Amino acid sequence: MNIVGQLAPLAFGLAVIGSGIGVGIIVGKTIESVARQPELQGRLSSLMFLGIALTEALCFIAIAVAFIPFPAP
Amino acid sequence: MAACPAGRRSSPIVAPAYVGAPKPEPPLLTHVASLIANAAASEDDGGFHGPSIEEFFPPVLAFEGTPFELDRVMLIRILVVAIIIVVFWLGTRNMKIVPGRGQSALEWIFGFVRQNIIFDTLGEKRGRRYEPILMTMFFLILSMNLTGVIPGLQVAGTARIGLPIVLSIVAWIMFMYAGMREKGGKFWKDSLFLPGVPWPLYFLLVPLEFFSTFILRPITLTLRLTMNMIAGHMLLVLCFSATQFFFFTVLADGNLIGLLGIGSFAFGVAFTVLELFVAALQAYVFAILSAIYIQLAVAEEH
Repeated sequence: MNIVGQLAPLAFGLAVIGSGIGVGIIVGKTIESVARQPELQGRLSSLMFLGIALTEALCFIAIAVAFIPFPAP
Repeated sequence: MAACPAGRRSSPIVAPAYVGAPKPEPPLLTHVASLIANAAASEDDGGFHGPSIEEFFPPVLAFEGTPFELDRVMLIRILVVAIIIVVFWLGTRNMKIVPGRGQSALEWIFGFVRQNIIFDTLGEKRGRRYEPILMTMFFLILSMNLTGVIPGLQVAGTARIGLPIVLSIVAWIMFMYAGMREKGGKFWKDSLFLPGVPWPLYFLLVPLEFFSTFILRPITLTLRLTMNMIAGHMLLVLCFSATQFFFFTVLADGNLIGLLGIGSFAFGVAFTVLELFVAALQAYVFAILSAIYIQLAVAEEH
């Protein structure tokens, strides 16, 4: 059976598995912490956005690489 | 139908029991797919065209060949800047102590950005110094993103990488300026040579920290904004062009599969609402990350 198609979207899809899980963990932990101490919501949401920015960094590099037209071997 | 040639495997879903057997009835999904493909193949324009990256490079309308080319995206950007100027000028013209409707709507969103993004991260004193540029960034990105869902305009002004690159370079210079202004040369030492680490690890840590702080931050700011807008736009184009294909091409032929257009239209509506939310969220995330980078640059170590 011949499967033809493009590899770049497949590679990007695999690359974001880790980012997705990571962002889910960060946001879940922030929600837990805010549930324990609601007065810290401002500080904790700043930290959450910073953590999401770092975790998703590789995800964005992956999607940009998926658009680069690499020459066929 | 010829028997399968030797050495070639057919799909396990429709594998014949023996070579030369009549093919069994294909399951429903492949049946629908082949129906669509046949309907598409019978069209003289070639059938369904999904969106491609050419969506973001519409035909040039004026000044072709110069760096000041105007196409739809550039015209949208110019229009959005004009609208922002007009809205803010009208909203702050005769400011009263007890505000009227327009002024109080503007005050609400101003207060939200000021309190949640600027004062909560940077504090009052420092926040006032960086307030103008962070406000400008937030409102510019918000308005440019929102044109992605306005019918007629339909592409976000931030969908091409030029505008996000400029904004993230400004944010980058801003946090380096903030660090150097408040801490002088100690800014470089504090961001690269983290305290509390045994000195041999600095050989590994300093290049990593340099890359992560001074190279990766502007790149991720740019790409986050651009890719969100590109992906959202392509999703909307896919849903609505699929609806048009189903209703006007497949259904017009009398093929009842065209009723799937109702499903793709519902998806289009749902993704439009999602796109509105993502537009506001990306503006918020850009502004608050810029504020956080400034705050990290001026933070006193322990």
